[in-house]
Amino acid sequence: MLRDIDLVLRRREFVALMGPSGSGKSTLLNIIGLLDRPTSGRLFIEGSETSTLDDAAITRLRGRSLGFVFQYHYLISAFTALENVMMPLLVENEFPSEKIRERARALLHEVGLTPWENNLANNMSGGQQQRVAIARALAMNPALILADEPTGNLDTKSADQVFEMMRVVNRREGTAFLIVTHNLDLARRCDRIIELVDGRISKL
Amino acid sequence: MNRWLPFEWIAAIRFLKEGRTQTLFIITAVAIGVAVIVFMSALLASLQANFIKRVLTSQPHIQLIPPDEIARPQRFDRPGLAVAATVQRPAQRIRSIEQWQKIAALLKTWPDITNVSPTMVTSALAVRGDSNRSITVTGIDPDIYFRIVKIPDYIVAGQTRVLTDDILIGTELARDLGVKLGDKMIVSAATGASRVLTITGIFDLGNKAANQRSTFVALRTAQTLSNLVGGVTTIDLTVKDVYAADKIANTIGAATGVEADSWIKTNSQFFTAVNAQTLSNTVIRIFVGLSVAFGIASVLVVSVIQRSKDIGILRAMGTAQGQILRIFLLQGGLLALAGAIVGASTGGCAIVFWHSYLRQPDGTELFPLVIDPMLFVEAILIAAVTGVAAAAFPAFGAAKLDPVVAIRG
Repeated sequence: MLRDIDLVLRRREFVALMGPSGSGKSTLLNIIGLLDRPTSGRLFIEGSETSTLDDAAITRLRGRSLGFVFQYHYLISAFTALENVMMPLLVENEFPSEKIRERARALLHEVGLTPWENNLANNMSGGQQQRVAIARALAMNPALILADEPTGNLDTKSADQVFEMMRVVNRREGTAFLIVTHNLDLARRCDRIIELVDGRISKL
Repeated sequence: MNRWLPFEWIAAIRFLKEGRTQTLFIITAVAIGVAVIVFMSALLASLQANFIKRVLTSQPHIQLIPPDEIARPQRFDRPGLAVAATVQRPAQRIRSIEQWQKIAALLKTWPDITNVSPTMVTSALAVRGDSNRSITVTGIDPDIYFRIVKIPDYIVAGQTRVLTDDILIGTELARDLGVKLGDKMIVSAATGASRVLTITGIFDLGNKAANQRSTFVALRTAQTLSNLVGGVTTIDLTVKDVYAADKIANTIGAATGVEADSWIKTNSQFFTAVNAQTLSNTVIRIFVGLSVAFGIASVLVVSVIQRSKDIGILRAMGTAQGQILRIFLLQGGLLALAGAIVGASTGGCAIVFWHSYLRQPDGTELFPLVIDPMLFVEAILIAAVTGVAAAAFPAFGAAKLDPVVAIRG
């Protein structure tokens, strides 16, 4: 699927990943996100080489260094907005302490959802759910957030809001973003655009 | 979200809460299974306890009798000489247990044994006017014997006084002879000895044959009738642990040389029945347990498929495989636990209600209800373990899910 990929993402960078469907965008995202292993080549995350790590270590690294935002937001419907944001912290700490709760509240405040914090995930609009997903991705204070068409399913106004939200987080928290998008308008507002064609990087 | 619960518990409970209909249905299924097991086990335990109690209030736990007399043929084993010997079994005389005072004194010191009652049993004819009946005369020391066989509980007329000229008889014998309390009757033994005795009490043992044949006299009177002055034919014992009677009987036999028969041996048919009941109850328990386990497993298999996206998200956020495994194992355990608690209380209430509804014609209870609280604890614990075990297959499936595939759905 992918060939000759030589890519460096720097801290605080806000990068768009574009390309026609089938060009390997999702595969690249999954490999960077440690959800898939490359058949050859090496991947460094915050300085550590990942091909030699075992499953448990990969899972740990993924939880600490990376955040995910997906097109279909993928909140866990059995939990409230606040609980969804707490989820990555709980995985690490087991018990939902007041500290974790406060951190989740602060993140929801940052994405402007404080009034909805006790809503079940399914009882929110698409834009709201996507903002919860961004807050959740930020919970572990990751170095990089991978977003797979985060605005692909939203109307123009919500898409703009969500995109702005990511940009604000990027500036305020210094979190790097790699965003897959088909929307050229949004891509132009990023620091850099990477274009994939047939599994190769055609334009940086 | 409860801050004292670990993450896996919170997730397991939330998943169960969200799948409300499934959860309710499977809990109901588990509850029905557990209720059936609790109801049946309590019923069986009560009936068996009741039966054992009835058996043990009308007979001793262990009975000592003299060893059989055997013929010892003399043989002339010389080379070249063949002896064709027919050995005939000797007729068993009514004999006293040799050295019975010594044996009784020894057994009284054993801590396992609660009562030691020497008795003299012989057969005789009860005669009054033109009518006569064959009877079994049991010579007893009332103070001790009534502690083993509760004759006073069965007395319908008169009292349990047994002096040398007194006799206690059953209701049937009283009717056959046409006697009533205070009447006299002649008891003549096969030895030729006969006595005139006064009827001081009439009992009803609840069994027609026993009411016809059983009579009780003073030990001394029975000894005179059977020409065995100072002798006893049996020593009746009770023990602390009725189920250890067989073992104690063997020990006594080895220690004293007399023949010791426990109630377990003399009622072996009853025990065959008890064992068959217990076995069929166990088989039913196992199959009910299996169907409950498969019910839980099938619900969780479906749940893992429905939640594969949630599982993928959890994995993407750094949840370890072990945590996913535990979330689903816990769901199995919690379903079974909830079902078992509901089922055990339903089963318990059902047996109490059924027991109070079912009465004998005179309004007394059919049998005393024995409910062992351990039965509930056991049922609930076993159910919880079964639930966790049943969840193993789906839980491993969930833990093995590839997050990429799970998220793509």
